[in-house]
Amino acid sequence: MSTRVEAREVTVRGRLDRASITVTTGEVHALVGPNGSGKSTLLAVLAGDLDPDSGTVLLDGESWSRIGARAAARRRALLAQETPLAFPFTVREVVGWGRLPWRGTDAAADDDIVIGEVIAEHDLGDVLDRPVTSLSGGERARVHLARVLAQRAPVLLLDEADAALDLAGQAHLDAAVRRRRDAGDAIVIVGHDLGRLAALADTATLLSRGRVVGQGSAASTLTAAALTQAYGVPVETSSIDGRRVFWSAG
Amino acid sequence: MISHVGGGPSPSSTTPASRPDRQRTAIVIVVLALVLIAAAAAALLVGAAETSGVIVTEIRAPRVLLTVIVGAGLGISGALLQGTLRNPLADPGIIGVSASAALGAVVVIALGAAYSPMAGSTWITALGATIGGVAGMALVLWIARAASGRTEVVTLILGGVAVTAFAAAIISVVVAVSDSAGTRSATFWTTGSLALATWPGVWSTLPFLVLAVILAALVARNLDVLALGDRAAWAAGVDVDRTRMLALGGAVLAVSAGVAVVGVIAFVGLVVPHAVRMLIGPRHGGLLIGSALAGALLLLVADTIARTAVSPVELPLGVVTAVIGAPVFVVLLRRTRAAQGGWA
Repeated sequence: MSTRVEAREVTVRGRLDRASITVTTGEVHALVGPNGSGKSTLLAVLAGDLDPDSGTVLLDGESWSRIGARAAARRRALLAQETPLAFPFTVREVVGWGRLPWRGTDAAADDDIVIGEVIAEHDLGDVLDRPVTSLSGGERARVHLARVLAQRAPVLLLDEADAALDLAGQAHLDAAVRRRRDAGDAIVIVGHDLGRLAALADTATLLSRGRVVGQGSAASTLTAAALTQAYGVPVETSSIDGRRVFWSAG
Repeated sequence: MISHVGGGPSPSSTTPASRPDRQRTAIVIVVLALVLIAAAAAALLVGAAETSGVIVTEIRAPRVLLTVIVGAGLGISGALLQGTLRNPLADPGIIGVSASAALGAVVVIALGAAYSPMAGSTWITALGATIGGVAGMALVLWIARAASGRTEVVTLILGGVAVTAFAAAIISVVVAVSDSAGTRSATFWTTGSLALATWPGVWSTLPFLVLAVILAALVARNLDVLALGDRAAWAAGVDVDRTRMLALGGAVLAVSAGVAVVGVIAFVGLVVPHAVRMLIGPRHGGLLIGSALAGALLLLVADTIARTAVSPVELPLGVVTAVIGAPVFVVLLRRTRAAQGGWA
């Protein structure tokens, strides 16, 4: 297992305090914590979106800072909560944007193959020529998932990408994440759905007030005691058919 | 890397833009270009005065060429602004860039008349207009920039109203105080006219349009991706700041020099990209070319109406474009508000 993403002692003033995290090939890592705990900040630092005040971020052992947007997009894909598309581009066009980072490289020869794969994988064949703005919320989410996966970046970052998804959409996203993990990607997920994250993630980091308060395997990190501490309300957990559920008894 | 494709879609259906789309774009652009050439030829032959050699080469030809340059600039400027600001209501006139450019031009003309032997140099005036346009753009973006970093639709328009009103006021003062005839009238600057078109006017605007076209070509593809929003576009590999800077620069260059010669012409930059988008879709490669051609065509038609409708009296050009453009603006305003769920 080689290390894909690593943050060492990363500090962002007022938001993150000496947070460290390591994610390896074929690993799904959940970033968990209450609102304002710094998980989206940490993800933004990992994405290269935000320069930390101190500490280092490494991608495949290389320093992350100032590699340029295009080179960055070949190494990591970021899927955030959707912002509305400003103009009615078609599904074909939007998914095609996922290949822009590879323009002018040898990998551009695979554009048609990759786009064909993500279109089939995310069931977009029937809506290819429709404007994305005319699609349902679930379809739009699949378009953007297909777009970022078309980047074929070995690191996938999901920033509350599931926030507006219904159950079918969540299941689709989770299945896609598992397939990317099996293909060897390193995946970091920020989210609030603890039950789903516990089922999906191999490892987890629990944040509270900008500090890492728990880290390790998902099972050992997402415990009732640790979550109660971090969230400041009594959290209980149980298991149904082997799947863990979490609720607040507060 | 694993594949989940069963049969796999045919290669032709996987190219980023399907063939019929590209064909349609090409056809629309060729048709626009042909109609524009025909309209320009017709405009050379129509007018109050008898068609003679001198009338054509010294009066109508520079006027037609200047119309094409200014109209193309307005179309490109509107398309660049709408794409960059992700704002369907952006237009150099509405957001105050044109009025600021007019202010820059009138100040340079007045100062030149008072202090410098270079008075009347169309180059210096064009430069003054461009500086005015850049300043106006910077000011209105600063006004409209929300804490989130997003540029809001409503504040952008209201900022444009404020900048335009301020610029118009100063223009009136400068025109009143200056004893140079070169400052023309305050009405000229706010409603625009091509009646004073000359060959030097053509040569002072053309290089700025060429520069704007180059900038537009550089950013066209990245502008498409900007429709995702800044963060997603950046994560997809687009250098958002650079793209925006080049596009805004192009938008200012495309209109400012023209304003120095013909004044502020409203609504062309707003209407044209919308019409072109309806014809060929939102892709900026085609949109920018189509908007340049359609902007030139619309202004040519509007100017021909302005100088022939109540001939021999000439209507201000801005009056004609406003009659066409203002209703379209209202429709777009209502649609945008509906799409955003209302503005508080």
